[in-house]
Amino acid sequence: MDKVEKTEVVLLACGSFNPITNMHLRLFELAKDYMDGTGKYRVIKGIISPVGDAYKKKGLIPAHHRVIMAELATKTSCWVEVDTWESLQKEHHQEKLEAGHYNQQQNSPVQEKPGRKRKWTEQRQNSTQKKPPEPNPKGVPKVKLLCGADMLESFGVPSLWKSEDVTHIVADYGLICVTRAGSNAQKFIYESDVLWQHQGNIHLVTEWISNDISSTKIRRALRRGQSIRYLVPDLVQDYIQKHDLYSTESEDRNLGVTLAPLQRNTGEAES
Amino acid sequence: MKNRIPVVLLACGSFNPITNMHLRLFEVARDHLHQTGMYQVIEGIISPVNDNYGKKDLVPSHHRVTMARLALKTSDWIRVDSWESEQAQWMETVKVLRHHQNQLLRSATQMEGLDPGKAPSDRAAAPELKLLCGADVLKSFQTPNLWKDAHIQEIVEKFGLVCVSRAGHDPKRYILSSPILCKYQHNIQLAREPVLNEISATYVRRALGQGQSVKYLLPDAVIAYIKNHGLYMTDNSQKGRSTQGN
Repeated sequence: MDKVEKTEVVLLACGSFNPITNMHLRLFELAKDYMDGTGKYRVIKGIISPVGDAYKKKGLIPAHHRVIMAELATKTSCWVEVDTWESLQKEHHQEKLEAGHYNQQQNSPVQEKPGRKRKWTEQRQNSTQKKPPEPNPKGVPKVKLLCGADMLESFGVPSLWKSEDVTHIVADYGLICVTRAGSNAQKFIYESDVLWQHQGNIHLVTEWISNDISSTKIRRALRRGQSIRYLVPDLVQDYIQKHDLYSTESEDRNLGVTLAPLQRNTGEAES
Repeated sequence: MKNRIPVVLLACGSFNPITNMHLRLFEVARDHLHQTGMYQVIEGIISPVNDNYGKKDLVPSHHRVTMARLALKTSDWIRVDSWESEQAQWMETVKVLRHHQNQLLRSATQMEGLDPGKAPSDRAAAPELKLLCGADVLKSFQTPNLWKDAHIQEIVEKFGLVCVSRAGHDPKRYILSSPILCKYQHNIQLAREPVLNEISATYVRRALGQGQSVKYLLPDAVIAYIKNHGLYMTDNSQKGRSTQGN
């Protein structure tokens, strides 16, 4: 038996999840298979963190619906769960990792935040009780940001991210980026000094089975009375239908409103 | 009020295993036909191919039928039919179409028999049976010796095709390059699937053989069945035999 200590990893996916789709869920499965397959990591948990309403993205429906749909979607998963902390914030924090929420969860198992599921912290607490209290850097699970190529590319959008936040994310946490075969991810890393410097902390996972189920297309299909069956989990489809969530009206929410991080970063630059 | 023509969609194939993409074909086809204003889709049928088709890696038909049944548990309009898989020999698609057409006519006659008081004008039109397929099947009509010309003609003339687009295929081009398809193109409905979806069963089998996750690519109940029965554990679940032509 090999005695190599595997680094425990938690995959964190942030986004609108408006709505969550089978493609989002696949990201977790692909990333887990990849990380476990390296022999160096063991993925112990996946976290879906829907963005708060303060993000002001066009067509974003209220957070509680998006959270519930994500919870319904992960009902049959034994390792992926939903975190509501971000969705409950009154202000948008682009630098969510910086805010230390997940960092605290890593190091202080008894931390509790309102609306936070206890499951993950309890697990953490149990595991520290079982093990002798010796300093073991590999014993602390590492949180890594799970994303698609679009987020990687969003790092280049002016005023969307602060450069120190991007550095913080790739240097201190790490990225797992799932991309379609033939995407520009590698080129994008090459063209960015920050990403290039920390490329060891950026894992690119190729998605060979193309599965282009974007939430935008889902919303469009719903507006046109078309079926979204088999593109989202059945429970999510039932919920959307029951609450009549997506329409021309819902798509016009935040129309003309500037995206929160753009507003903040542009405002700071001007002041 | 103009009555819509009732339609039944029949999909033939290996379904080895059935995936969300197969299921999507039905949804996309139904939406498309309804949008034309001319049709009302009343039923979908999945007909897994006979074991004697001889395709490589084909698991026994009773498994493929059961998996399809599990996948369709939550569908209120699509069902699986095992008739084709239970025949002693593999049979051409057109014969499967003829069989199901006869079944539909028989039940339609029985329905009329139950209500002789209904005036002829009140009776709904007999359902049209159409072959549901991806653009790759349309292309396969060109493969020498795979299909009999007479069968292709019967399929597009007597029944009709509903063809759902697939990445890398240009169904209009396949139609234009075939005199038979050209002649009956009014009977070929081309439905677009806006979501690029390449969940091929081949990839799924490969992933399973390599111990990778296929969750969210097929229904959970099908994945559980595959695990419980140890299906697709290696890439070659059955010795490949020479494929027979149509």
